[in-house]
Amino acid sequence: MSDAMLKVRDLKIGATVYPPSGKPHDIEIVHGVSFDLEKGKVLGLIGESGAGKSTIGLSAMAYGRGGVKITGGEVWVNGQDILKHGIRDLRRLRGADVTYVSQSAAASFNPAKKIMEQVTEAAILQGKFSRKEAEARAVRLFDKLGLPNPETIGNRYPHQVSGGQLQRCMTALALCPEPDLVVFDEPTTALDVTTQIDVLMAIKAAIRDTGVAALYITHDLAVVAQVSDDIMVLRMGETVEYGTVDQIINNPQEEYTQALVSVRSIDHEEKQPTPDPVLSVNHVTARYRGTNFDVLRNISVDLHEGQTLAVVGESGSGKSTLARVITGLLPPSDGDINFAGRTLSPALEQRSKEDLRELQMIYQMADTAMNPRQTVGTIIGRPLEFYFGMRGAEKRKRIKELLEEIEMADGFIDRYPAELSGGQKQRVCIARALAAKPKMIICDEVTSALDPLVADGILKLLLNLQKIENVAYLFITHDLATVRAIADSIAVMYQGKVVRYGTKSEVLSPPFDDYTDLLLSSVPEMKLGWLEEVIAHRKMESAGN
Amino acid sequence: MRIPISAMIGLFFTGLYFFIAIFAPWLAPYGMTEAVGDVWEPASSTHWLGTDSIGRDLLTRMIYGGRTTIWIATAATILSFTTGSILGLLAATIGGWVDQVLSRLVDLLMSIPSLIFALVVLSVMPVTVTVLIFVMGLLDSTRVYRLARAVAVDINVMDYVEAAKLRGEGRIWIIFREILPNALSPLVAEMGLRFIFMVLFVSTLSFLGLGVQPPAADWGGIVKENKEGIVYGIPAALVPAVAIATLAISVNLVADWILNRTTSLKGGRG
Repeated sequence: MSDAMLKVRDLKIGATVYPPSGKPHDIEIVHGVSFDLEKGKVLGLIGESGAGKSTIGLSAMAYGRGGVKITGGEVWVNGQDILKHGIRDLRRLRGADVTYVSQSAAASFNPAKKIMEQVTEAAILQGKFSRKEAEARAVRLFDKLGLPNPETIGNRYPHQVSGGQLQRCMTALALCPEPDLVVFDEPTTALDVTTQIDVLMAIKAAIRDTGVAALYITHDLAVVAQVSDDIMVLRMGETVEYGTVDQIINNPQEEYTQALVSVRSIDHEEKQPTPDPVLSVNHVTARYRGTNFDVLRNISVDLHEGQTLAVVGESGSGKSTLARVITGLLPPSDGDINFAGRTLSPALEQRSKEDLRELQMIYQMADTAMNPRQTVGTIIGRPLEFYFGMRGAEKRKRIKELLEEIEMADGFIDRYPAELSGGQKQRVCIARALAAKPKMIICDEVTSALDPLVADGILKLLLNLQKIENVAYLFITHDLATVRAIADSIAVMYQGKVVRYGTKSEVLSPPFDDYTDLLLSSVPEMKLGWLEEVIAHRKMESAGN
Repeated sequence: MRIPISAMIGLFFTGLYFFIAIFAPWLAPYGMTEAVGDVWEPASSTHWLGTDSIGRDLLTRMIYGGRTTIWIATAATILSFTTGSILGLLAATIGGWVDQVLSRLVDLLMSIPSLIFALVVLSVMPVTVTVLIFVMGLLDSTRVYRLARAVAVDINVMDYVEAAKLRGEGRIWIIFREILPNALSPLVAEMGLRFIFMVLFVSTLSFLGLGVQPPAADWGGIVKENKEGIVYGIPAALVPAVAIATLAISVNLVADWILNRTTSLKGGRG
């Protein structure tokens, strides 16, 4: 064989599907993918959900998750076709020669065991190292990955380190047995942007220093551009484009790749604030019951009619709590909220139906925001019935109009949420909010669970609807690219306080305060060498470290 | 849609037993308390299952006994489900002290073995079918309460319930339209199981003499009346035991199938 560490030829993967109605049947989800990966190189696999990225990644260990079977092709690792291996040989391969880093470290570590025990487990079990050697190696890896106190961090339990640190521990786990190949499956997707940089940097350095080959799976092209040598763009189980990073980023050939590269290029002209804001939050302070810690401290922001206020910050900054205070789910301990010229009652129970109608909310996870036992028609129809007393044909007509507004055919009216795609689900949630004819909608991370292109579609739809319905958005997000695309004014939150607030152009022009600078500089950019530049210019450590 | 073979078997036997229970007076060859032959006659063409300890036709006793047992078990199951799930859902959605009071009360009731509790209550109360149904239903509702509350607490924190609250929906809508449809499949599966426990419970009580009173027939009572025969190799006491076992298995087969079917509606299986 050649010197390729991983050589995949015409890989075909199938799965059995169980449709709600009808017989279970087999489908093919990966249709003949081929690539080579040399020692010390990183190949980025990129594509939207359902593209087959993770499935291909796992096939490097000859593994199929939950009913997924490799049906054809060859997978050569280190000169051996592992698809011909029996279970005994595969066991020797997995966790030793090929290792895996999953998306959610928090869900992958055993909470009852210390980190060191888990990091060294595979290396010891596979007979690669003695316990002593493995632990020494783990400490070196912890150090290399930039974890604080590398000597002692292994004695902690998974819940005693931050999310970003745990993700790096998982990288140490994967590198500990000196593998030939590591599969990284969206290792930074669940992290905040500022933490993501540290982890990316650590992973990149570790790959370089240990000389392993790596498959890096992600849906974020800007991220993959920082760590990979080559990129393969996948869509619906097929290769769209395969080339070097430079080629894919700077000179994409296929239409789909071009769309991925130019994502978030929505142009939105900033509107000027009006004299009477539709919502004004005045000096609000809030804490959760039974705690002695203020989650929000003296927050004052205004939202103007038909405009968008973006509230930006990392997880834990109090963004979502602000939404809970405005909706009345968490009455503030101090301060008040004016909405449409009247003062809102602090608690939800005391608010009038009119107040409730005019203030709607869209959630991050459209999956859990819709009752799985109700059809799209019921979900959108209920606010019509509840607020306007619509029934029968009148209601159905309005539902169809709303479906048209969210660019969905009226055939969807009798479908259940499980029969919709992620983007369609979020559209239905938008329609449900619009059905109430609100003055204002709180959008809580509405695009962060979606694929970039789908998210783009949702943002465009929201902007379009804002023009038609003149509705104001309070847009909560951690993603500055989204903010740039749609906001009129911005509030940057950090540890329960608004650290920077103003119109978009004000907030996004220098001079910056340290936190805004960190946040702005952490948003991955679609260019080569961005990661190194950022690290070189950093003024402030991220909160996750 | 295809019904799996196990569910077919379950449906057949469950259906058969319920059919016999409903049409008992038309199906039974003799009167319920009528002595028609010798003591413990073996099976013959006139008495398909033989006769019992005082010469009554065993098949007739089994048919009427099934009617009593199934009726009491069904009524008690319905009672325990309505009480248990309504209180459980209320406790989960209201929370606070209502939840605390109800849950501790249920803890208290569950800390006493239900058979002993039932025996104590039934020894001071008149033993009628109504009292029996109430005692059994209420004691068992504690189990249903626990399940309904646990399931509803999970659903209550879902975004769609929060969305309904933000819309201004009342508690009744939230319970019956948002939570109940999603809690139904574990509850229905549990219902099959609880029904079987009721059958066993009433049979045990009758066997101990505190359930259905003679001369009325029920399966537990028939075991009791004929238990002496076992020593002489007479299988009359085994007939109701077999009936209880087959009913238990077939109801469970049906419950399993319903659980599988309803969960696959949501797009997942199992």
